[in-house]
This record gives sequence, structure tokens and C-alpha cells, in this order.
Amino acid sequence: MPLLHHEPTPMDIKEQHIYKEMGLSDAEYEHIVSLLGRQPNYTETGLFSVMWSEHCSYKTSKPVLKRFPSSGPRVLQGPGEGAGIVDIGDQQAVVFKIESHNHPSAIEPYQGAATGVGGIIRDVFSMGARPIALLNSLRFGPLSSARVRYLFEEVVAGIAGYGNCIGIPTVGGEVQFDKTYEGNPLVNAMCVGLINHEDIQVGRATGVGNTVMYVGAATGRDGIHGATFASDELSDASDEKRSAVQVGDPFMEKLLVEACLEVIKSDALIGMQDMGAAGLTSSASEMASKAGVGMEMDLDKVPQRETGMTPYEMMLSESQERMLLVVQKGREAEIQEIFKKWELHAVAVGTVIEEKTFRLIHKGEVVAEVPVDSLADDAPVYHMPSKEPESFRVNGQLAPWKPTLTNYEEALIGLLKEPTLASKEWVYNQYDSMVQTNTAVLPGSDAAVVRVRGTRKALAMTTDCNGKYLRLDPEVGGRIAVAEAARNIVSSGAVPLAITDCLNFGNPEKPEAFWQLEKAVDGMSEACRILGTPVISGNVSLYNESRGQAIDPTPVVGMVGLVEDIDHITTSHFKAAGDVVYVIGAATEEFGGSAIQQWLTDDVNGQPPQLDLAVEVERQHALLQAIRKQLVMSAHDLSDGGLAVAVVESLMDTGLGCTLTLNGDIDAELFAETQSRFLVTVKPDVAEAFEDLVKDAVKLGKVTEEDVLRIHDKDQEVISVAVSQLEEAWKGVLPCYMQSKTVN
Amino acid sequence: MKKVKVYITLKESVLDPQGQAVAGAMHHLGYQEVKDVRIGKFIELEIDSEEEIDDKIRAICEKLLANTVIENYRYEIEEGVPQ
Amino acid sequence: MKTAVIAFPGSNCDSDMYYAIRDGLEQEVDYVWHQETSLDGYDAIMIPGGFSYGDYLRSGAIARFSNIMPAVIAAAAAGKPILGVCNGFQILLEAGLLPGAMLRNKGLKFICRHVDLEVMNNTTLFSSLYDKGETISIPVAHGEGNYYCDAETLTKLEAENRIVFKYKNNPNGSAADIAGIINERGNVLGMMPHPERATEALLGSAHGLRLFQSILKHWRESHATLTS
Repeated sequence: MPLLHHEPTPMDIKEQHIYKEMGLSDAEYEHIVSLLGRQPNYTETGLFSVMWSEHCSYKTSKPVLKRFPSSGPRVLQGPGEGAGIVDIGDQQAVVFKIESHNHPSAIEPYQGAATGVGGIIRDVFSMGARPIALLNSLRFGPLSSARVRYLFEEVVAGIAGYGNCIGIPTVGGEVQFDKTYEGNPLVNAMCVGLINHEDIQVGRATGVGNTVMYVGAATGRDGIHGATFASDELSDASDEKRSAVQVGDPFMEKLLVEACLEVIKSDALIGMQDMGAAGLTSSASEMASKAGVGMEMDLDKVPQRETGMTPYEMMLSESQERMLLVVQKGREAEIQEIFKKWELHAVAVGTVIEEKTFRLIHKGEVVAEVPVDSLADDAPVYHMPSKEPESFRVNGQLAPWKPTLTNYEEALIGLLKEPTLASKEWVYNQYDSMVQTNTAVLPGSDAAVVRVRGTRKALAMTTDCNGKYLRLDPEVGGRIAVAEAARNIVSSGAVPLAITDCLNFGNPEKPEAFWQLEKAVDGMSEACRILGTPVISGNVSLYNESRGQAIDPTPVVGMVGLVEDIDHITTSHFKAAGDVVYVIGAATEEFGGSAIQQWLTDDVNGQPPQLDLAVEVERQHALLQAIRKQLVMSAHDLSDGGLAVAVVESLMDTGLGCTLTLNGDIDAELFAETQSRFLVTVKPDVAEAFEDLVKDAVKLGKVTEEDVLRIHDKDQEVISVAVSQLEEAWKGVLPCYMQSKTVN
Repeated sequence: MKKVKVYITLKESVLDPQGQAVAGAMHHLGYQEVKDVRIGKFIELEIDSEEEIDDKIRAICEKLLANTVIENYRYEIEEGVPQ
Repeated sequence: MKTAVIAFPGSNCDSDMYYAIRDGLEQEVDYVWHQETSLDGYDAIMIPGGFSYGDYLRSGAIARFSNIMPAVIAAAAAGKPILGVCNGFQILLEAGLLPGAMLRNKGLKFICRHVDLEVMNNTTLFSSLYDKGETISIPVAHGEGNYYCDAETLTKLEAENRIVFKYKNNPNGSAADIAGIINERGNVLGMMPHPERATEALLGSAHGLRLFQSILKHWRESHATLTS
């Protein structure tokens, strides 16, 4: 879209349907005309187009999101602010949110990923919290493609470049590879912060006459229409939209974090919000709208990086590392003094006004004047038609698939070499996971654990989602995504607190895609209710399609749990020879959507594993009790690849081996992805106490000093392989792919 | 106003892993004739002074822009920069 | 012993260093902002890691001109212990307090993980509580830790026993596996690995604590000499 300095007139906008290029429908345009009682000018049309985009207004997902449970005894702030907040006792709380940056990362992977990280960090510190950890949930196409390798390498570098510089440890996340994401990678970033209750901020512009201040980087023309861009399907033409990608400056953001966390201690501050998607427009109008007031801004005062910027460009710019503050009238100098220490300038750009109007002034003239609620609250809400896809019915009627295996060792090594299951060391060694010196469990275990300094407490955190299960059955897959996250949290010795979610789906205007969204949310909601983990924040990324093909529904769950005492911290790795190995829960012959099915058939079909949430809760509860009683040496949830892969993961980097005997159907015992299961090791002298507490625990064998993995099918040995050989296979995959030098 | 273009390069004796990686990529693309790649920095300054401009630029380069342990620099002064 | 942790815009291991000294070593410690000009009253000076000034231009190149740096240079000349870790090491190199320069890691990637170091010299005030030849596990976290110096300097460093720590498995391509070096006088240590990240078993290693305890021991001994 050309950015014209000779802007179209209101009549041009109407007659040439210019609003359509900005992403507004005919009906939406007519609605704006009726709200204003006149035709909007170019700047005003721009304001509506970004605020009414799916990214800002949730116009199609809102009715579905209402189904999520969002309250609970510990919830201090649910969805609707920068990030959600959960109480952890002692007047402290944890703040967290996940957000997508899929489309920008597909176009310019380094900056797309970097600014995704920067944006989510701002969401957290704008609440007044100190950011203490980052996680990333990434999905790419198969690594055999040079383009995919380029995207993967640059996304990881972008995350590292931003997170490492700003000094927030990147402690966890996940990376998966599947054809479904080839044209549309997913880059979801999560930030966790820590706050004292007294410091909780809300983005509100209360107090008529108070001053609106702008802090941080100057505004340039970057990212104009990023918010509407994020709500478009990717096409070949997207490559030409490169200018819509913003460039991040983590150094500036580091200064902003420190300065803003100092400013919140001042009672001169009324409210603060980050300028994220839709930049100045959304931050200003949302702060005013929430407070029931209006705002007037003088755009000539907005710091500008480029010359000749129009009001339209300034209001829609998505330049990064900017914050909007509302400050008590007359106390601006106090605030400026704090920012000055950090070599930042806070500039007064506007005033809170009583009249509920959003008014912009440029070169002495009013260039936009719209009712403030019309931008934030009057966006249309769509109840999209929903239709069960034919494929779902057909797939559900297929006879259950079973693998035919003769060589179990080969199958195991084959699975370990699947990039999705392989070691992610290549990724997380590029992230500073230790800065702030609180990371008690580094990447590579079930969940990362970050100690709360000055207390005996710690926070466990993870992201999870298996899109293949959702492809087969979005409701069951949605339930599993939440339950698996909770399993990771519990395995680490923590009680699950709450979730944030990033709903990555296809075009919701297609009834089948909308059905997937509804079903996934229903499944997640049910699991959240039963597991006691409300949804406290989140983000919706729809239109994840490439050449008409939607991605697998991928609602990424970010979960945080509370470790009550650092002595409860547990990792997935085996600890000592002689420890007894247990599996909690029996295997059933469930292979639909499994890693073994994908490996053998290069596809998945049938039904995903079923999940009984009552059983899930019971086992999680029993395991957590055992951990708290210090009976457990290691705990690992069983997920992709089943028991066999879990055992190998628990052996990595330990120098140990193990000998196990399995008594059920050997295929299922090794590779089925039956839900609600854990692999646990226990000291022999407490084995009885453990068995008394965890009724579903079945003894499988022992950890051995000799570093060999031996597995028996009843009395017949089916696997006997040096752990070093497994380690080499598992760790070698990503370095090997990434060495074949990536060329864009 | 003078525009000054400063070029900073790694000394020949210093290994340039970035340059090597880029050379490798070029070979991968089929440009076997590329024998070596060295990556450096290009910096543009606008200096509002005529006096002892060479001394000033050299001082700026040696103090700040280049680390002379590993880097060399050279510069060009452009006359009459259009405003 | 009273320690100063110098903070620059973009420092991000300043609080880690602060806590290592306050909670690990249990000694008095203050942050000193880069705009200050005096380090009077401090017995030891820490220049922490991070990305001072975003590492724009070159790591440490801009911080080296901060207001506080003349005081750091004066403290070095006065024989006070000065420890520069990671970006702090880079700043010491830029300031000329230690010889050499940093290049990008050979693999071109940022590396963060625990690495094994060999203690090459345990006669320094920073390493007296280690055994010579001992292997210690300390994390690295850097993108530009590939230490470079010319052959003459390297020969000198080796001859004068000024290489305090070497990598057992060189992660970044540094000359002679160098992880940390000391100045001629023996009171300025620069190292890429982060001892402040290895001061408690909860975080995976407590091997770094003895480095700080060595400094304290030295201070106590020299303090005792002065006051007796």
C-alpha cells in the first residue's frame, strides 16, 4: 500500500474503497461512518483499521475466548491488561503472557523473532514487574528445506540477540518441525515477571488534566500496518511487505526496563502501557477508554526519527521500545529526572481530557477526532459459522493403527533422530539461560525452574502443544496441551498455577477452521477447570495459512507453577545407579498422532490418545505428594515417542544406564503415547513408601552404573545399546542439519 | 560540513570467522572463484569543521572507532556534501 | 572488604555480581554508576558482564570512555584488585589494562553453558584457594570471547605465568585456550567465564565462589599486615 504524502480525501477513501486495502470491510467502514456521523479522513480510517484488526480487537475470537475460565483464588489480574498476574504469597505475584510473532518472523526471521521477544517483555514490565524469564515456542517446516534452515537459524539468533543483550534468561520452550508449518512458521514468545503486590500497574489514563508522556525510541516509519499484516494470510506478495517488519534495539529496551521499574515507585505515575501492535494508537486510546476519559495529543511533540512523517504514519508506526505514561499534572519533571539517569527523554505529548474523545493535533490543526470508545470497544464482534470438517468424521472412523516393528533398537534411534524429538542443545546453548543467577533448572528438563531470590520458593515454567493431536481431534488435543504442560510442571516439583495461551490457527472465516478453534478452546477450558489452572492472559494468531493451506491448530500453552520449597525441585535426569525405575500409569495401544506413526508412515491418522482428566489429576497429585516428601530422585512426563524416548532423555548426560523389563504389549509399552504417565526414579529404601503413595506406579527396573540401555520384553531382550550411541544420535541431529550451511 | 567515510577492517593476521562463513556460503552458491572474504565496518561521519580535520579523524578512529590491536582503518573525505 | 560493582547502561550481570558478593561471600558491596568519578573507599572493584552500550561498535568500546574509568585505571595503578568478567574483561582490554582484544566466537554463535577450566596459576590473589591444575566448572555466556593477541604478547603472557585459566575444551577459538589473564602486577584479572554464576550448588556449580574467597583472603592478609 503506498504511503501517500498527498493523502486521499474522505471521499476518495469511500469511492475507491481505500479502507479495504487497510483491512476494513464495507460493513465496518459503514459502521465507522455511522459512529462518526461523517466520513472518516485518512488518519481516522487508519486508526480504525488497526484498532479493529483481529490482532487488537479479537473481533472473531472474542466469543470463543469467553469460554475460558479466567478467575481463581490466586488470580490478581486476568486477561485484558498487558499480562495476567497470579499471587504466590508473601505479597509477591508472578506476571506472565505469551504472544505470537509468526508473520513478521516468516518475512524477516531475525528481527521478527527479536521484536517478538521485545514486545512480550514490555507487556510484562508495563505491569510493574521485573522480567525474570523468557520461553519460546517455535514451529518450522522440515529441516531438509534450505529456506526452513534459514528461518530456523535466524529466528533462534534473533531470540538470542534480544534476550541475551537485555539480560533476561531464556530458560525454556520447545521447537517442533512438521510440514504443516513449512510456509507459516510459528514464533511464540513468553515472558515471566515477578512483582510485589504494591507495585501492580494498570494501563489507565485517569485524572483529567494529567499529562501523557512518551518515552523510549523515536518514531519512524517502521512496521506501519503490522497489526493488519498479522491478520492477513501469508502469500508470495508478503515478501514485498518487508517494510512492515520492525527492527529491535534490546539496549534501548534494557534502559527502558530499568527506568520504568524505577518510575513505578513514584506516586507521580498514574498509568503506563507499552506501544505494541498499532503503536501509539492502541496504547493511547486503550488507556483513555479504560479510564472513561478522553485524550488529546499534539503529534508535533512526538519524537520522530524521520522527517516529514504524517499523522497517519506516526499513529500507525510500530517502532519498537516505546512506552506511554500518564503522569500527574505538574510532576512531569520528577519523572523526567528518573529517565534522564538512564539517558532517556520523557516528552509530554498530550493531556487527559474529560470529553471522551480521542483528538490528534498536527501543525496546529485537528487531524483526527473520534469517540475514544469507538476505537477500543465498538469494534464489531463476529460470530463466525462453524462446521465440523468432513475429514474429522472420516478419520474418527478409521480402524486404530498399530505399528509393525521388528527392530526396536532401530525404531528408537530413528525416533531420536527426528528433529522434533532430538536434543535442542544447538538451540538453547545460544540463549543465555543463566543471567540473573536464579535458574535452578536449565533448559533440557521437563520445565525450567527459576528461584525466587530471598525466599525458599521457585517458579516452574513450560510451554507445550502437540499440533498433531489437534489435527486429529482439536478438543482432545486441546485438553492434552494443558494436561501435558501441567505434567511438566508437576514433574519439576511445582503445583500448576495458571496458563497463558497463544492460539495459532488458520483463517477463522473458513467454518472448518473456526470449528477447530472452538473445539480446541472447549478442550483447553475443560482441562483448565479440572486442573485448577485458569487462563490469565493470551494472544490469538489467526490466518496462519500459506497458499490456502492452514497450519495444524496449535494452541500453545504456557504454564507457570509454584515450587513451595527449593528442596522439591526435581529434574528429569536419572541420578544414581541402583535407583528403582517406575512408570506411573499403564500403556494402552494408542498410536494415533504418535511419533512412531509419523516416523513409520510420514503422516498421522486415527484418534489421538484419550485423556481422562480425573485420572490425570489423581496421578499429578500423587506424584507431587511423593516429590514433596522427598521420595523422588527424578521425574519425567511421557510425551512424544512414549516411554522409550522418555527413558533415553532421562539418561542423557548422566553417564548412567538402566535395565528395564516390560510386561505388556511391547509396541505399546515402548512407543504408545498413552496420556497421564510419568517415568520416575526412587531410592530403593523408600520404594515401598513411594508405592504406597503412588498407586499407579509400576516397577520397571533399575538405573545401572554401566552406561547401557537394556530393555526386555518379558524375558527377551529387545534393546541393548550403549547410551553413548543414543546420545550421539540424539545430539547430532540439529548440528548436522545446521552445518549444511544455510543459504537464503 | 564534510562527509567522512571510515572503513574499518580486520588486520590480515587476524582470523575472520564471519568472513570465512560468508565465503563458504558463496562457494555453496556456486561462486568457487571467490577466494577470500573479509568483513569490516563502514561508518559515515558528518563533521562541521575544516581545521585539522585529518588529525581529528585519526584521533576518533584510534580512540574509538577502531581497535588497533585487531583492526586497521582508512578514511575518505568528501567535499561539498549537499544538505 | 568493601566492593564496588560498576554498572554501565546495558550491564546485565551487575546484580549477579552484587549477590555473589553479598550473599555468597557475605561482604559489603555497592553498585557504582558509570557516571561517578570516584572509587575511594572500595577495596575491590568488579566490572560485570552484559552488553554495555548494547555492545554497539565493539564490545566494551564505548563503556571504556565512561566517567568512572579514570578511577578504575587509578585503582589498578594503586594495586587494588580489579576483576572484569565477560563484558568487563572486554572493557579492560579496550581500556588497555590488559593486553589483546576479543573477536567473535569461532562458531559465530553465542554460547551459554558450563565449561571446564583448568587453573593454570594459583599464585594470584584471585586464585590462591584453587589447586594448580585443578579443573573447575564455570559457565560461559558470550558471543565475542575469542581472545586474540599477537605472538609476542602470547609468549610474554605464558613466560610470565599470566594465563590464570584455560579452557579444557576451547568453546570459542581463543588463542592458547585462554579463558582468563592477569596484568603484570597481578591485581587485574579479566576472564570470559562467569564465576559469579557459580557460587551456589542450586545453580549447578559453586566453583566460582573460591575466586571471590581468594580476593577476600588476600584483602584480610594485606589488611592484617597494614594494621599490625
